[in-house]
Amino acid sequence: MAKRVGIEVSIAIAEAVKLADADVIPAYPITPQTHIVEHLSELVANGELDAEFIPVESEHAAMSACCGASAAGARTFTSSSSQGLSLMSEILYIPSTMRLPIVMVVANRALSAPISIWNDHQDIMVQRDIGWIQTFAENGQEAVDLTLHAFRVAEDRKVSLPMIVNIDGFTLSHVIEPIEIPDQEEVDKFLPPFKPRYKLDPRKPISMGPVGVPEVYTEAKVALDNALKASKRVVLKAWDEFAEIFGRKYNPVETYRTEDAEVLLVTMGSISETAMTAVDAMRDSGQKVGLVRIRLWRPFPSVEFRKAAGKAKVLAVIDRCLPPGAVCGPVGEELRSLFYKVPGAPKIFSFVAGLGGRDVTVERFEEIVDKAKAYAKRRPKELYEVIGVREK
Amino acid sequence: MIPELEKFKGFSAKNLPKEEPLAPGHRACQGCGEVLALRMVMKALGKNVIVCNSTGCMEIITSPYPQSAWRVPWIHIAFENSASVASGVESALKVMRRKGKFPKKHVDIMAVGGDGATGDIGLQWISGAMERGHDFLYVCLDNEAYMNTGVQRSGCTPYGAMTTTSPPGSQSFGQVTWKKNVPAIMVAHNIPYVATASPAYYLDLMNKIKKAALVKGPAYVHIYSPCPTGWGSPGEKSIEYARLAVETKIFPLYEVIEGRYILSRKISKPKPVEEYLKGQKRFKHLSQEHIDYIQKRVDAEYERIVRLSQMG
Repeated sequence: MAKRVGIEVSIAIAEAVKLADADVIPAYPITPQTHIVEHLSELVANGELDAEFIPVESEHAAMSACCGASAAGARTFTSSSSQGLSLMSEILYIPSTMRLPIVMVVANRALSAPISIWNDHQDIMVQRDIGWIQTFAENGQEAVDLTLHAFRVAEDRKVSLPMIVNIDGFTLSHVIEPIEIPDQEEVDKFLPPFKPRYKLDPRKPISMGPVGVPEVYTEAKVALDNALKASKRVVLKAWDEFAEIFGRKYNPVETYRTEDAEVLLVTMGSISETAMTAVDAMRDSGQKVGLVRIRLWRPFPSVEFRKAAGKAKVLAVIDRCLPPGAVCGPVGEELRSLFYKVPGAPKIFSFVAGLGGRDVTVERFEEIVDKAKAYAKRRPKELYEVIGVREK
Repeated sequence: MIPELEKFKGFSAKNLPKEEPLAPGHRACQGCGEVLALRMVMKALGKNVIVCNSTGCMEIITSPYPQSAWRVPWIHIAFENSASVASGVESALKVMRRKGKFPKKHVDIMAVGGDGATGDIGLQWISGAMERGHDFLYVCLDNEAYMNTGVQRSGCTPYGAMTTTSPPGSQSFGQVTWKKNVPAIMVAHNIPYVATASPAYYLDLMNKIKKAALVKGPAYVHIYSPCPTGWGSPGEKSIEYARLAVETKIFPLYEVIEGRYILSRKISKPKPVEEYLKGQKRFKHLSQEHIDYIQKRVDAEYERIVRLSQMG
């Protein structure tokens, strides 16, 4: 039987990578990802995980080594954050088009300047279009489960795409939670060995990563787009199988008290738990408020989101990312596009909150709901609003 | 002595492999000294190898999809990182062998890039891979500028050379810096094997590649690669220039085995550097004063290598 233990989320993620029997782990330390890779190197050093841990000299090299290892047919894992993720940015676009199923946990953190080690989603949002499957975890259990799920989905021959599991830095990575660590036997049932269709092998030589002349470049990118969209079926199927084996069911979009709700908060990641508390409080005071949480960010679950939120009158979308000079945050933008000219679509108001480790409290969620309600009656001047900016 | 090299049997003109792991029909310029060197490298390595190629001329000319000149497994990810990609491949094979997912038989792993990919943009990536001790060889094909993007200067561009970003003018005589000594940087990593080679001395080149592949741990071979397009030299003279670079002491051939320098070819009757410089458009603008300076510095640099080789 799987054991429920009190464990730091980063350590639990490393344990999940061990259960997945990863082969190669190239990694470079960056706060707040460090505990994941520290524990993995410990597991390798103790012989508990038979893997090659490559202590590379930068995140760019980490992702480059991931590409080489995955192309050679190894189950490959890495983890990064913030500046490190930005440093690997050049390479991130490559394994998706080359269909290398690398799994990466990103401990989300703000981007410089000013330098900040604390949590928000700016690091991953600037990597939105890298062509990876991306999920966001709400709590420690989910972080562990989504890590195992990522290997299962990424390596599926129908998918063959790299996958990122986003966990909020510190608020998830460094907290101790009660987490059920799955049994090896159950994991083996869920996660078959990695058998790539193509790999670097002198017995059957192939060329990987050739020049894409104008006659083929568009098709190569369309092939990636199609593969990413089609991956949703496997993402869902793997969650079904996961539920059968482990008893925990995940959906691309989760709802909380959305029935008859007039205002829906829309969140991603760990602030969703605070948002639920806020929803309870507002419900107690008679307000028809609910919550929709996006777990699958790429490919975007359009159908599921419309179904979950389409009947509300107002959506209050919270981005933990401030894109300077844009019309609004990336999640807000996504949802405005999704509902553009859809008859009876909810009014969408975009809020930016929780930058660089600023807490998003229950009161802030209440403020956001109040503002969204007011804006529904009288259009706001700006297309988005940053919540909780100190005046002094 | 490195045990892997104790019973080393080199190639000779009589036993050259017939195999061509790098197929003809690629799209290199006429007279390209780089692809000629790469062909020799691949003949020396044979087919039991995985190649990790940096972005650059060799990557472009060998892989316009759907064609490929590679008869061995080949991967290209980006410009600066072929050594890291090779680290990943090497580690993957190592662990997969342990887990019974890959045959026990040894497979050579080569990362290859130009002088820009090696000495400039990729230096950190190569340094990391060398320091970590991966069992692979890195081959730098040095044509002394960013040729693929249209002849811009690199850290390996020689003193005085004209490139599109080191043009001679009223305030400049071309490249103002001396060529970066990348092999010495590799030696400083205390890796078991470093060598320089030239396609004009093909047996020497192939034997060095073979040795670099045989030694356990990282190895580095720096190959002089004439580029008629970038140098403004006649295509049919590439090998001649490669030979002249050695005979004028501009590009000394040597090995550094476990830190010990061994001169591969002692130049007892050197030709003047002028013989090498003339006939290449990139040096056409140089004054006698510049040529004299180059001669002096080339002599001094060569002497330094000789002295190192006498240290035993």
